[in-house]
Amino acid sequence: MIHHLLDALAMLGMSYVIGFLFYGFYRQFNARVQRRWGPSIWQNFFDNMKFLFKSETVSHGAMFFFGPMIIMAGAITTVLFVPFLKDSIWLQGFSQSGNLILIIYLLVVGPLGNALAVGSSGNPYGVMGVTRGLTRLMGLEVPFFLGLALVMLQHQSASVHVIMAAQDGIANWNLFTNPIAFIVMLLPFIASQNASPFDVVGAPVEVYAGPRVEFGGRLLGILMTQNMMMTVAKLVLIVDLFLGGATTVPILLVKAFALFLLTAMISLAFPRLKTEQTVDFFWKIPLALGVIGVIATVWLPWS
Amino acid sequence: MYHKNECEGFQCEQRMLEDSLGQPNGEFGILDRLVAWFRQRSLFVLAYGTGCGAIEMRPLMTSRFDAERFGIIGAPTPRQADVLVVSGYLAIKTLKRVIRSYEQMQEPKYVIALGSCAINGGMYWDSYNTIKQLDQYLPVDMYINGCMPRPEALIEGFVALQKRIKRGDKGGYARYRENIDWYKANQRKVLGDNMPPDYTYDWYHTGDLA
Ligand code: SF4
Repeated sequence: MIHHLLDALAMLGMSYVIGFLFYGFYRQFNARVQRRWGPSIWQNFFDNMKFLFKSETVSHGAMFFFGPMIIMAGAITTVLFVPFLKDSIWLQGFSQSGNLILIIYLLVVGPLGNALAVGSSGNPYGVMGVTRGLTRLMGLEVPFFLGLALVMLQHQSASVHVIMAAQDGIANWNLFTNPIAFIVMLLPFIASQNASPFDVVGAPVEVYAGPRVEFGGRLLGILMTQNMMMTVAKLVLIVDLFLGGATTVPILLVKAFALFLLTAMISLAFPRLKTEQTVDFFWKIPLALGVIGVIATVWLPWS
Repeated sequence: MYHKNECEGFQCEQRMLEDSLGQPNGEFGILDRLVAWFRQRSLFVLAYGTGCGAIEMRPLMTSRFDAERFGIIGAPTPRQADVLVVSGYLAIKTLKRVIRSYEQMQEPKYVIALGSCAINGGMYWDSYNTIKQLDQYLPVDMYINGCMPRPEALIEGFVALQKRIKRGDKGGYARYRENIDWYKANQRKVLGDNMPPDYTYDWYHTGDLA
């Protein structure tokens, strides 16, 4: 019992710390690409703390308040159901009692809570942001789940632990044994991280501020926290599924960072797509690749 | 309430403003210190481009002067902003919008007034439709003078504001809350019937901060 509690706290703390350090790095990286110094690596932590200690006077009824809580709860449960390490009793959370299917469900809790909260605020910009977000979700969900399904098919299991255990040694990483699934997965993954080519939902520095437009003060602080934790949960999930998991924390950090760097570089190199371009893109390239992947995995003789 | 015993109305302005300047609050414990430190490292700016001074905000934010290295970054909406930068002269029509934006910001919030127009009217001194002194309508924390101030001056102003936040000075928002009637009376003088709606500042009167 105590073990579980400590374990859960460690996972949450770790995902938060890794989250803000990664985002801090991203902002610095971004700044260097734009030939400036950029903020310190702790900047996201400062921002987050500042928002958590601000006042919150805006209110649009109960749902406006519960929305961020639902999103936060979604992030916390997602973190707890993704095993951070393999062959270890630590940093497992409740991942033994859950599987990939459950994680898929938990990933949708965030957008749902967002839609509920923003909808109740009635701000047209917020509603516009949610509409864009749900439209994008339509595009990215199908290839994302197809990628997950490919991995599950390949290993005949929905358990993250089994999939991790099957990838012993670098040659057995799903990244190399099933590269199509990785690519199919990577693009929606970038979108679900709200990174650049597909970041039309949050759209920083655009006229409208996206779904978060009505949130300031503490609620925004909570949203920032969950965003950072969720990012780490997704990164670790991809590391578990495609990069063979990690046996120690430093290896986990290296692998997650490599993946983060890849997405960061892609997002710095490509400009923002419009909503319908995003959906078009997802329904063409990753989906087509996914279908090819399914055919290759299921029907072709060498599979 | 703005009434004092020895002075009345307009005469008290100077003293009222001075009184509220240096008030390092008594219980400034370790947690407050920490929070103040986080606060000064992270200022989200709502740049309200009212006049020509707004031009200088762009180089400040972009690569050349890179305000992000001080933790200063633009905020998309007043709800998420900490600092309202009023850049330049304010037409009476604009004042109404600025007040409304300011009242939507979450505390603690700060106002930086930019350029001589916001300080004393500047070259619009005898204009019929601009206000002269911004701090009669909104509590200004930091003035940056010049016509227009260069980005270096802006950075200096921001750093000075950061120092004050770090010291734990209550910003102008506390002054605004305490003297809300005085500010509202001043605003009513120029705006007349055209005041922004009450609900954006109602909660100042009830005194509860959610
Ligand atoms: S102070 Fe000068 S630059 Fe600034 S708004 Fe006034 S006239 Fe324009």
